[in-house]
Amino acid sequence: VKDLGRDDGLRLLQEMVRIRRFEERCGELYQQEKIRGFLHLYIGQEAIAVGVMDALLPEDDVLATYREHGHALARGLDMGEVMAEMYGKMQGSSRGRGGSMHIFDVDKRFFGGNAIVGGHLPLAVGMGLAHAMRGERAVTVCFFGEGAMAEGEFHEAMNLAALWRCPVIFACENNLYAMGTALGRSEAQTTLIAKAPGYNVPAISVDGMDLLAVRRAAKAAVQAVREGGGPFLLELKTYRFRAHSMFDAQLYREKSEVEAWKEKDPIPRYFAELKAAGHADDEVLAAIEEAVQREVEAAVAFAEAGSWEPVTDLLRFVTTEPGDAEVA
Amino acid sequence: MKLTYREAMRDAMREAMHKDPRVFLMGEDVGAYGGCYAVSKGLMAELGPERIRDTPLSESGFVGAGIGAALIGMRPIVEVMTVNFSLLALDQIVNNAATLRHMSGGQLSVPLVVRMATGAGRQLAAQHSHSLEGWYAHVPGIKVVAPATVADARWMLWTALEDPDPVVIFEHVGLYNRAEEIPEGGGPVDITRAAVRRAGKDVTLVTYGGSLHKSLEAAEVLAGQGVACEVIDLRSLRPLDLATIIGSVERTRRAVVVDEGWRTGSLAAEIMASIAERAFWSLDAPLARVCTAEVPIPYPKHLEDAALPQVAGIVEAVRQVVAHG
Repeated sequence: VKDLGRDDGLRLLQEMVRIRRFEERCGELYQQEKIRGFLHLYIGQEAIAVGVMDALLPEDDVLATYREHGHALARGLDMGEVMAEMYGKMQGSSRGRGGSMHIFDVDKRFFGGNAIVGGHLPLAVGMGLAHAMRGERAVTVCFFGEGAMAEGEFHEAMNLAALWRCPVIFACENNLYAMGTALGRSEAQTTLIAKAPGYNVPAISVDGMDLLAVRRAAKAAVQAVREGGGPFLLELKTYRFRAHSMFDAQLYREKSEVEAWKEKDPIPRYFAELKAAGHADDEVLAAIEEAVQREVEAAVAFAEAGSWEPVTDLLRFVTTEPGDAEVA
Repeated sequence: MKLTYREAMRDAMREAMHKDPRVFLMGEDVGAYGGCYAVSKGLMAELGPERIRDTPLSESGFVGAGIGAALIGMRPIVEVMTVNFSLLALDQIVNNAATLRHMSGGQLSVPLVVRMATGAGRQLAAQHSHSLEGWYAHVPGIKVVAPATVADARWMLWTALEDPDPVVIFEHVGLYNRAEEIPEGGGPVDITRAAVRRAGKDVTLVTYGGSLHKSLEAAEVLAGQGVACEVIDLRSLRPLDLATIIGSVERTRRAVVVDEGWRTGSLAAEIMASIAERAFWSLDAPLARVCTAEVPIPYPKHLEDAALPQVAGIVEAVRQVVAHG
């Protein structure tokens, strides 16, 4: 915390609180049927999105999974636009076409919101390849869950990225459950970074509940990759406190296990560190909570005030339309 | 200038790479080996291994990588050895290439070209011979083209590379050795229009890809019997140029579709349904089709031949349609 300084230290705390409160509100809005479809909450894993994103530059690319609200907010997407997307309104970050699982913002180089497990890993390789071929210094960070490691696309992507020395960081958020299937029931090798040497990819495993450890590891990985070291695998050990989606009765895990992990909640843990360093106290936290609550309510109001896309536009965005710009 | 279909594709790729630094080719054995069907032979020596990029056997991985590179401004041409292997990349093509523009509310585009060999006739049996163009043509968000002539092989890639959306090019394996005289100079093919390859007044034959030449041969046989066939080469399988098809059928009042895909759920079925919807009252006879028999493609030549649309079968189908009314 000390070399982080007070301002950055508090900013990172606020980022985590923003995600937590935003998602708690999303859960309520789901009960009220304002948000429909699937809703996958990130609560418990916030330190990862916040810590990794803090290691990136604006020219870097980010790809995430369908549990990506936290990544979107941490990458700097407007909270109102993200909430409007959850509502399916035109003012949403994907004009409402994607919903909770498909948040995109090319200005922030945030490439989803990808809901085929493992399907976005090859995309990250291609983006890294493009940067490498053009001699650019940008890196591509691809978040995925440990469940994706059982997909062939993980193995194909690791091999391709290493073979072509693509500047890609594979950020595996190991929350121990692929939907409801425990790690030990889906992987023969549960030491996940043991898979990396087979592809000649450097890898480290980090406590994903420890914001500063995540940030430190991410900065080291980003630096190595940016300097041309080829891809890197980061395993971030974490836990999701909430159900997989809103339809999950959580029959596959004990309540006591969830409670034990809640003891490791990254937000109180990091707050305690800030407190110990003299950067924060309860008053500061209260001020952050208040600011975040205002932001969340403003986001809800923005989404509520948003408009539905006219049905006459149904067939738009299937193929390119005149005036559409291209990402470089 | 006389060229083979294979040379035409190669010239098209070479030209694209000299013209545009964003273009590169990747796929299995496209470089050192020269391409499974020798389409890219010699290109690696000329353009280097960065731009003629050999890939491991990772169809999903390298097609996905093509999509990723296209997303941020490159113009990849990805070669998949055969349509059968492309099923390993179907997730990338259908779930990513075809959806990213839409899911992002129009923010992204995927200017990717996927080339793949398709079709039977070389005794390659049931895992290298299928015609699944119709599956791809089912999917909104991608364009599907099937150059059937050497000139189209030479110039359609240009159109595909200029397209900001993903384009899948199907190259029938029976066409690679085909040599035709084509005019010097040329430009992008208008893939929004089907081509009328032979004009006729009695019956419309609608076809594409490798079946075009069988259909033209059948038309020649039928001409000798006093039946004038109009032969339409679809060129683009998605979107379909229905205006050209319907316009022709309204004149000839009869139609036969020739499609190397299996009959059930085929592209032929879609074309026939569209004709029935739009030109029903112009028809003097029931619509007919000549498709592949409902069997995985067998290895022995006599069985493979029997499974596929053939000239004699097309002639027979046309004669039956003409015999009505």
